[in-house]
Amino acid sequence: MSETLLHIIIAFVVLIGAMSVSASLIWLERRLLGLWQDRYGPNRVGPFGLLQVMADMIKIFFKEDWVPPFADRPVFIVAPAIIVAATLIPFAVIPFSPGIVVSNLNIGLLFFLAMASLSVYGIVLGGWASQSKYPLLGSLRATAQLLSYEVFMGLSLMGVVMMTGSFSLGAIVEAQRGMWFCVPQFVGFVIFFIAGLAETHRLPFDLPEAESELISGYHTEYSGLKFGMFFVAEYLGVTFTSLMIATLFFGGWRGPVFPPIVWLLGKTLVFICLFILIRAALPRPRYDQLMSFAWKVLLPLSLLNLLVTAGVLLARR
Amino acid sequence: MMQSPDGILDELKARFGSAVLAEQAARDAVPTLWVKSDEAHSVLKYLKSETTKPYRMLYDLTAIDERLRVHREGQPPGDFSVVYHLLSFDRNADIRIKTPLQGESPSLATITDLWNSADWYEREVWDMFGIGFDGRTSLRRILMPPGWEGHPLRKEHPARATDMEPFSLDPARQEKAEEALRFHPEEWGLASRGEDTDMMFLNLGPQHPGTHGVFRLLLQLDGEEIVHVVPEIGFHHRGAEKMGERQTWHTYIPYTDRIDYLGGVTNNLPYVLAVEKLAGIEVPDRVKVIRVMMVEFFRIASHLVWYGTFAQDLGMLSPVFFTFNDRERIFDIVKAVMGGRMHPMWFRIGGVAQDLPEGWETMVRAFLPYMLRRLKEYDGMIMRNRIFKARSRGIGSYSLEEAMEWGVTGPGLRACGLEWDLRKKRPYSGYEQFDFEVPTAQSGDCYGRSVVRVEEMRQSIRIIEQCVNNMPPGSYKALHPLTTPPLKEKTMHDIETLITHFLGVGWGPVIPPGEACVGIEATKGMNSYYLISDGGVQSYRTRIRTPSFAHLQMIPLISRGLMVADLLAILGSIDFVMADVDR
Repeated sequence: MSETLLHIIIAFVVLIGAMSVSASLIWLERRLLGLWQDRYGPNRVGPFGLLQVMADMIKIFFKEDWVPPFADRPVFIVAPAIIVAATLIPFAVIPFSPGIVVSNLNIGLLFFLAMASLSVYGIVLGGWASQSKYPLLGSLRATAQLLSYEVFMGLSLMGVVMMTGSFSLGAIVEAQRGMWFCVPQFVGFVIFFIAGLAETHRLPFDLPEAESELISGYHTEYSGLKFGMFFVAEYLGVTFTSLMIATLFFGGWRGPVFPPIVWLLGKTLVFICLFILIRAALPRPRYDQLMSFAWKVLLPLSLLNLLVTAGVLLARR
Repeated sequence: MMQSPDGILDELKARFGSAVLAEQAARDAVPTLWVKSDEAHSVLKYLKSETTKPYRMLYDLTAIDERLRVHREGQPPGDFSVVYHLLSFDRNADIRIKTPLQGESPSLATITDLWNSADWYEREVWDMFGIGFDGRTSLRRILMPPGWEGHPLRKEHPARATDMEPFSLDPARQEKAEEALRFHPEEWGLASRGEDTDMMFLNLGPQHPGTHGVFRLLLQLDGEEIVHVVPEIGFHHRGAEKMGERQTWHTYIPYTDRIDYLGGVTNNLPYVLAVEKLAGIEVPDRVKVIRVMMVEFFRIASHLVWYGTFAQDLGMLSPVFFTFNDRERIFDIVKAVMGGRMHPMWFRIGGVAQDLPEGWETMVRAFLPYMLRRLKEYDGMIMRNRIFKARSRGIGSYSLEEAMEWGVTGPGLRACGLEWDLRKKRPYSGYEQFDFEVPTAQSGDCYGRSVVRVEEMRQSIRIIEQCVNNMPPGSYKALHPLTTPPLKEKTMHDIETLITHFLGVGWGPVIPPGEACVGIEATKGMNSYYLISDGGVQSYRTRIRTPSFAHLQMIPLISRGLMVADLLAILGSIDFVMADVDR
């Protein structure tokens, strides 16, 4: 009984935590971009502009909930919900500290990959249901991009799985006792990072949005809270991908002196900042360049990584 | 503009004897020949392809409503004239062919079969003057909306809204206007079905973040691949040429600032040079150097806007903030010297508005090394970025032949390998005194154009440095009765000066009759003002030839078969300003 209660409490804390961290990322990103772009960023509401997020949220909550008359109404409404749900659910498999995990699934990694695939539907359906040309182009790009990058996302993690011998994230963190996987699986880490950028469609992989080309891409027709959900889902994705990088390649909660949760969140924050720095620094490749990079560079590279890892493991046995 | 007739007029007279009506001496010394309207086509054809050292570029095509003009000595009679302005790169010379037309709705043969670029120019002449062109596919309005009645640059068309009936939008009119907006692909020459696919039509603009202003592109797409593009302009049309016929010579200067709104005083320069040519004013050396310095500052400012926004079009978020910050530093100097920022309207007929302020050298000297450092930083951040290169190399390229055919000037022409810069080829305002290079590239693509512009900024810094080190002493205005406003030294001492001063300021200077066209190397290409004075206080006809107009016309040619993202790269690399296109 008490264990069930504990799980429920953990689930709530994780849910609230994930949502609020992602929301405050909006502030973090704008401040960091401001810093790197020789300007201020939001600094008016509250200390250091921290309450900007609150102000934005209030604004977005009170906006008219408008559905364009030409849109496919039910799908249009369901799409942002799908993407938020699909990005929130995998938080359940992350081990935040020893013993603190919503659900220690023994197929945790597969579960995460499955959820990542589901989130594509949110974008594709959102763009499709808008019945408008720019969103349609955006979701076309999203479909191709997310589907292809998912392949390497999965493949890049298989090295980690082989070295651990388990799909459970808890076991993977356990297995990094001696050395973080970012050392033996460096190629895997790089590919996963790139695929993570692509999956969260952040610059330089923001082709589905590409504001200088497609206005706003798949969510052009969205406004108010529904737009806000797409927005939060993007930051949830960034948070989650950073969490995954920290967990899979950088020892998860492992680290001396400080409590495990601090280590995990600290590592995550570093990667979140890296995500933002990349956004500030790089231009956007063209759609076909993106695809050829995926299939001609990343696919062979991740397969090679897989082969070498397997070979080394077999030789050691 | 230094021109030598080099016998072309005699050559034409010998060949087209009976077609030649008259020869006209223009103040700018451009050889000007009147020919019969039915022979104009063959004369132009001869000039383009048959004569030695041909005139390859149709630099400008415009018209004049001659019906109210008084001073037409030696010119054949006519109600309207069509003016063809050709440019020869081999000769470094221009020629102007004029043809008189009679009647209310005259027409003559099209030259779109000779120059592709004539298309938009002929549409503009039709739109503005109601002069028809026979033998071409369609003659749609280009600057005015489709439902507009009348032809604005005709003399009977009012120049002020107060001369017209109050505007009212009754339901019938509204319906008509809305119906005109309905999109019919066939009207634009677009087929809605390909061989085995349905085409998608995408309306890019007039409100779109990637078009840098109110510019509409109709895309015919097969997936994301562009099958055809139809650019539509005119959304930024403010009737600048018509205003030139209404404002005095002096009070028109602020309007020029707003033609290429990133160019600031660069726009003033060809205008005041043309007026000075008509008035016969020779400005002091100090004026020349001050003008050169401020124009070069604005060249850097304009290129910085291009640099940042082009990078942003390719998805880079940060450079636009950096380059705009640098531009602010330029504006600090511009503010200190001229008092304004983007539109200082500071050049005057016969000089500049004020002398340079105390301490200007310190500001300028502090800025130059800073800017060089920043440019070096941007090289690493933008020009050497591999994604940036992948996005701009081989995209939107055209050959030198095509560039000449379509009237491309400025960095877009130099990116094709031709070292054509008016500052070197036909030095004005004392540019021959300066030591600088004309950067070129060979590829003619988006990257080539970028390389040229980035290097141009460095050369501008060099020029400004020479201005600071060698600023001549002297007056900031010419001592000439038509200098406006005139120098005041003798105003209170003798009555003749007082009266001239009084009239020049109160009424406006009276510029002697004549025609002059002065072109300069503006930030985006060759910009020229073709002014006709009929001996009044305002111009009889003001024709503004802008580079962006010609550049936009070739977008369909260079973007077919590419992706939507490439189109945005092309738009960014052309560096146009819609106000410069529509005027």
